[in-house]
Amino acid sequence: MTRKKRRLYMLGLALLGLGAATALTLTAFEDNIVFFFSPTQLQAQPVGDRNFRLGGLVEQGSVTKLPDGVTTRFVVTDTVNSVPVTYRGQLPDLFREGQGVVAEGRMASGVFQAREVLAKHDENYMPPEVADALKQAEHFKATAKTLKPSS
Amino acid sequence: MIPELGHYALVLALFVALVQSGVPLVGAATGNAAWMGVARPAAVAQMLLVLVAYGALTWAHVVSDFSVMNVVQNSHSAKPMLYKVSGVWGNHEGSMMLWIVMLTVFGAAVAVFGRNLPPSLKARVIAVQGLIGVGFLLFILTTSNPFIRVVPAPLDGNDLNPLLQDPGLAFHPPFLYAGYVGFSIAFSFAVAALIEGRVDPAWARWVRPWTLAAWSTLTAGIALGSWWAYYELGWGGWWYWDPVENASFMPWLAGTALLHSAIVVEKRDALKTWTILLAIITFSLSLMGTFLVRSGILTSVHAFAVDPARGVFILVLLGIATGGSLLLYSLRAPTLKAGGLFAPISREGSLVLNNLLLSTATATVFIGTLYPLFLDVMKLGKVSVGAPFFNATFVPVAIPMVIAMVVGPFLAWKRGDLPGALTRLWSAGVAVVVCVAIAAYITNGGGPLLALVGIALAAWAFFGSLAEFAERIRLFRVPVKDSWNRAVHLPRSAWGMTIAHACMGISILGMTGTSAWQTEVIQAMKPGETAQLAQYSVRFDSVGEVQGANFRAEEGVFTVTRDGQTVATLKPQRRSYPVTRMTTTESAIHTTVFSDVYIALGDPTQNGTAWIVRLYHHPLVPWIWLGALGMMAGGLVSLSDRRFRVGAPERRRSAAKPTLQPAE
Repeated sequence: MTRKKRRLYMLGLALLGLGAATALTLTAFEDNIVFFFSPTQLQAQPVGDRNFRLGGLVEQGSVTKLPDGVTTRFVVTDTVNSVPVTYRGQLPDLFREGQGVVAEGRMASGVFQAREVLAKHDENYMPPEVADALKQAEHFKATAKTLKPSS
Repeated sequence: MIPELGHYALVLALFVALVQSGVPLVGAATGNAAWMGVARPAAVAQMLLVLVAYGALTWAHVVSDFSVMNVVQNSHSAKPMLYKVSGVWGNHEGSMMLWIVMLTVFGAAVAVFGRNLPPSLKARVIAVQGLIGVGFLLFILTTSNPFIRVVPAPLDGNDLNPLLQDPGLAFHPPFLYAGYVGFSIAFSFAVAALIEGRVDPAWARWVRPWTLAAWSTLTAGIALGSWWAYYELGWGGWWYWDPVENASFMPWLAGTALLHSAIVVEKRDALKTWTILLAIITFSLSLMGTFLVRSGILTSVHAFAVDPARGVFILVLLGIATGGSLLLYSLRAPTLKAGGLFAPISREGSLVLNNLLLSTATATVFIGTLYPLFLDVMKLGKVSVGAPFFNATFVPVAIPMVIAMVVGPFLAWKRGDLPGALTRLWSAGVAVVVCVAIAAYITNGGGPLLALVGIALAAWAFFGSLAEFAERIRLFRVPVKDSWNRAVHLPRSAWGMTIAHACMGISILGMTGTSAWQTEVIQAMKPGETAQLAQYSVRFDSVGEVQGANFRAEEGVFTVTRDGQTVATLKPQRRSYPVTRMTTTESAIHTTVFSDVYIALGDPTQNGTAWIVRLYHHPLVPWIWLGALGMMAGGLVSLSDRRFRVGAPERRRSAAKPTLQPAE
């Protein structure tokens, strides 16, 4: 085996690996990327039956337990728009009214069916997506206010 | 006074690190022995100074000195002593201190134990290590000083995040960091070799033990973290493909590749440039892990409060370390002499395949972890990439890797005989068929096809590795006594490989078992009610109050029975920590080694008469961590191989001719 031939083999193997990995990654991306939306963004663009993440604040006074005892209903808001959510299961320890929350699931007849509600380590910690969404909503409110008098 | 002393020691350490990174480098370039000699005392002095600083911070935590900001924010006088000590690294500043402690300890270890290293190589390695120290010391002193005082001092602290007040997590960061930072030695050796312009088998023999040590501790750190997530978060999962988990997993994958490619350099003097590149990549991934966790750009259970300045600092550090070393690599790598030749079907070939697959796996994890960040930075939307992505990309790469892992050791160096290797694996093949049949019988053919593939892989890895060991000691072909003698005299690295590879099989079995056949029951239960969980029935007896050192807890009492026989009484808790106003779930687990019964007590329902209870039955789950423990043990056994000890101080004299080792 000459050095050249060996290099060729190695290169071929490496390319094969790279190709396989790329193919796997691309197909996996297609099916498995989960988008993040705030309630306001959700209003602007319907998402259909896709799996996505919803983030915002848990609205004060909105948390109720259904009679079965394990399903919770609450409302996620970005202070401008809000979306009702149901979740079956045990909520993370840091889930509380007024706190930031990120939930993953799908929309079904106007209600977000959460499959998973993400836990947070730290009560002062705000998920960056939620912080961003709130900021945008604030901005939206501010521009709406300034626009009103002029219109 | 003591915190100021710590601060002062830290500043001194920075200056020592500056000297350590400059003087020996110049000395090595000019051949000045005295200047090169500065490396050793400097590395030791830097370690001592950093230890003094770390000791001062620990002291402040232990005596609850609430005039120190770091203590106020992360401690409380009522906190148990274990967590006062572990709380030092349970926060951003302290964890960076731990990082630098590890870094300097490793650096000093090279300085002290590396007596028979060529002096110029040693000086350069320690200098590069010093450079990394400069970066991190600057980072701590400018953005994350743990010694800042508060005036006036509050009466008590804010307490440590209760989720971190747990024995499993107390020891997770030290292991993880020892692993991350251990790879810095491989990195320093790589950079030093590039500067030197020479890589030879002796170089690989110096790099391998450090890489092995780092790899073993990183394995332990990741396993501890996974175990903690399993029992503490109350969700019963053991791996979430969370970005921060990935951040520790990528260096592990790259480090595993490095471990194997260094073998080829050592035995066959081939793959040299690739090994150097891997050493650079592995440490860069460790730095990137630090960046991902510390910058707060990720939504993760580990994210500390956001501070952009810190993120930017580490990003710059990462840029300098990675960019600089890659630049050096591109300049110097072509000048390294290529080594021994080999056929594609050979031991070297199988290790190349191992490296390709591990790198591919690292790349898929890398893309999945960083793609959301990339989109976010480019303002293309916010996405997250979760477990399904990684299952779809990582698993298909991991399967051939495990298959090849067993075949590789049967191939000879230079030119191997694949059909021959496969025929010698017939016993493992039989074992695979038997195991799959047993699994299908026990579960009534149930479970997804992938589960049976998992069982087959686990059996292949386990029995294939044992078969290789049996082959080595010629079991059943020579009298048992001879086999025993052969086993005793096998090099420790051979033992280490067999243990690590076989334990990989054990871990795979655990992962397969719990992923495919777990049972989950979530329901509201009143005391006195009974729920069915797999072949167990679980009776909820009562709920009581328990008072801990710094928490109050609701404790449920559950009786687990099987066929009318009481198996266990489990007492899961829901703790509330008044200082941080947080609640945590302390799940209760009954393990039979073959499966876990796992109970977590949730919130009471609205009227307070019932509680939400999560019940899990996890078949085989303990095997995941048993396997990981075994892999770590394999690494340590391999580390004790005598050729790595050649050159330890007491053997210095005989190490003058260190090349006479058996080929295996």
